[in-house]
Amino acid sequence: MLKASLSSKVDPRDAKLSMAHFYVAFTALLVGGLAGLLQVLVRSGKFQLPFGIGYYQVLTVHGVLLGLVLTTFFILGFHLAAVSKTSGTLTNKQRTVGWIGFWIALVGTVMAAVMVLLNQASVLFTFYAPLKAHALFYLGLTLVVVGSWFNSAVIIMKYAEWRRANPGQPSPLLTFMALINTLMWCVATIGVASTVLIQLLPWSLGIVDTVNVGISRTLFWYFGHPLVYFWLLPAYMAWYVVVPKVIGTKVFSDSLARMSFILFLLFSIPVGFHHQLLEPGIDPAWKFLQVILTFLVVIPSLMTAFSLFATFESFGRSKGATGLFGWLKKLPWGDARFTVPFIGMVAFIPGGAGGMVNASHQMNQVVHNTIWVTGHFHLTVATAVVLTYFGVTFWLVPHLTGRTLTKKMNKLALTQGILWAVGMTFMSGAMHAAGLLGAPRRSSFSEYGGAAQAAEWIPYQIAQAVGGSILFIAVLLMVYIFINLAFFAPKGEQEFPVGEATNQAEKAPMVFENWKLWLGITVLLILFAYTIPFIDLIQNAPPGAKGGRFW
Amino acid sequence: MHMHKFEKIWLIFGVTALLVFLTVLGVSAFYLGNQPPSCLATVDPEKVDTTAPFNEPGLKKVEGKDWDYELVFVAQAFAYTPGDVEVPLGAKVKVIATTKDVIHGFEVAGTNINMMVEPGYISELVTTFDKPGEYLVLCNEYCGSGHHMMTSKIKVVE
Ligand code: HEM
Ligand SMILES: [Cu+2]
Ligand SMILES: [Cu+2]
Repeated sequence: MLKASLSSKVDPRDAKLSMAHFYVAFTALLVGGLAGLLQVLVRSGKFQLPFGIGYYQVLTVHGVLLGLVLTTFFILGFHLAAVSKTSGTLTNKQRTVGWIGFWIALVGTVMAAVMVLLNQASVLFTFYAPLKAHALFYLGLTLVVVGSWFNSAVIIMKYAEWRRANPGQPSPLLTFMALINTLMWCVATIGVASTVLIQLLPWSLGIVDTVNVGISRTLFWYFGHPLVYFWLLPAYMAWYVVVPKVIGTKVFSDSLARMSFILFLLFSIPVGFHHQLLEPGIDPAWKFLQVILTFLVVIPSLMTAFSLFATFESFGRSKGATGLFGWLKKLPWGDARFTVPFIGMVAFIPGGAGGMVNASHQMNQVVHNTIWVTGHFHLTVATAVVLTYFGVTFWLVPHLTGRTLTKKMNKLALTQGILWAVGMTFMSGAMHAAGLLGAPRRSSFSEYGGAAQAAEWIPYQIAQAVGGSILFIAVLLMVYIFINLAFFAPKGEQEFPVGEATNQAEKAPMVFENWKLWLGITVLLILFAYTIPFIDLIQNAPPGAKGGRFW
Repeated sequence: MHMHKFEKIWLIFGVTALLVFLTVLGVSAFYLGNQPPSCLATVDPEKVDTTAPFNEPGLKKVEGKDWDYELVFVAQAFAYTPGDVEVPLGAKVKVIATTKDVIHGFEVAGTNINMMVEPGYISELVTTFDKPGEYLVLCNEYCGSGHHMMTSKIKVVE
């Protein structure tokens, strides 16, 4: 079996396309990580940025590069490799579409980056109107999204081709999961594309004078929440399918994995109002409805947690573990491909719990826009998700470049994961604590006119600087490992681990492949949650806002 | 599709806990009236200074309403008007705010007073100041280069 999976390597031509995405992603990690370091240093109050660089310019670099560029490029590269591996090499036409998408997205990234560096777009990665960035910044972001649509088309074409060639068969699990994430992305990006193309671009070009803020924010958050699930689902792909193979066991249940992905597709989109709970202009009953829909993702999350721990436990027991937690000892802690994503899984437990606080109709008011929120998503996206991406990188990059992960690199990779965990415990912990005391997010160092309350936050900011500095060392290590695996590691064959289902005989129900049904329900839920409040926002719209450049 | 017995128990337990949790949130929202600030009124952002009540920012006693005072704030980059204000201890106050330019936050540190302020919209929230002291008002939504300097002060006095 090992032989079979080794022999079906990702074709070198597809590998090149994937790797192109990873070069961009890890460049973003390096520069974005440096920005993160500068932020924690400035916020400690002991350091000032040189050359008149503004804090918010640095923060825009950090958010755009890590929140948008690193994630999107890594995911597209991973999707392509996973689909090529499990559904077969891309056709020349598919690969060409993929390359076109890559170049469009890269040109867009460079355009947006240049505008940020010229200080023409210090609007942070959420670019809330009516802060008005340069038109080329919006155009650049549009191109990133358009490029991602080309890559989405590749995944959809390959999936359709596989289904035609294998009638009546459920698609390979990794392909199925990549397809779900792709479909969710396509439905979600309609929102951000609409506000950018219809509202922000014409306004920044001076074609219209004002912008409707309520509508722009609603379109943005229609996209913004599924965005975080777009980051998360590739990590779930690795947790469900790759990690079991790495530790030497089977996928707990193929069908349940598919079902949980479908539930994520349904409940990730009609929920953007939980980011707008404290906003005027939206009726609280509609906010509450979306809060309920938000919480329904608890169900697939519980399924995921169960299946992961069941996998670990049954593996441990098969190795003779006894007692309630004896199986923990049997896990391959020395293998970074397992341990680093595992640290991510552990971080997701407090991360998820904090998310439930944030999404609660009333508790949100305690933490909204405090640094607690930043602490929260550094556990979810910046630990659970990125450590899993790193765990994938350790085998995927050498697999694609025809090299191997050496013992020495594996050790460095473990060190990297542990440093990340330690640094993040300090930084995120201090952010959570300071947030509960009221310290705001997205704020440069300030004594707030000598207010006694603000003085209490400063020790926590120093703790964040300590944690952030450790994190930055971990970032440097990761970039070093990536460069080694891409260019210098010894030539060889590195396995692309794809787990098989425990019960091969039990075929996944074909209803899971019925996209008319699932996309239909997705659209109905969106219409249900958004139609009336959206019409309200249009009908009761105030005069538009002129906005401008305030930095 | 087969589901393990333990997984069924786990999911039944989880979903029940979720339903209880959502019921608590719902009762709190619709029965006890603990809704997040969601005012539906609008204002022309260009005419804030001449539109009541924003033409007279500050604290005003009111009669015949569910609250005793109205506290009006106007936000603009990078300041609030009034820059500081005194509120009598124990007063039930409706805070009313809007902005003349971009989006701002309105947070009173150490309390649950927290809302978004958006151009064209009026934000409202009713609260009782029942602990004396000096409270820092700050902007918690990025609004430009002076964002972290944007403050006001509420003194709750006997
Ligand atoms: C060296 C590691 C890192 C450090 C030291 C760091 C530090 C920070 C700090 C201090 C902030 C908040 C600043 C503020 O609100 O004023 C921040 C924001 C943020 N970070 Fe990180 N971070 C790191 C890694 C990451 C990673 C890996 C990701 C994503 C994958 C990430 C995503 C974000 C995002 C999206 C924001 C929000 C930006 C905004 O509010 O506009 N960070 N980071
Ligand atoms: Cu969300
Ligand atoms: Cu501000």
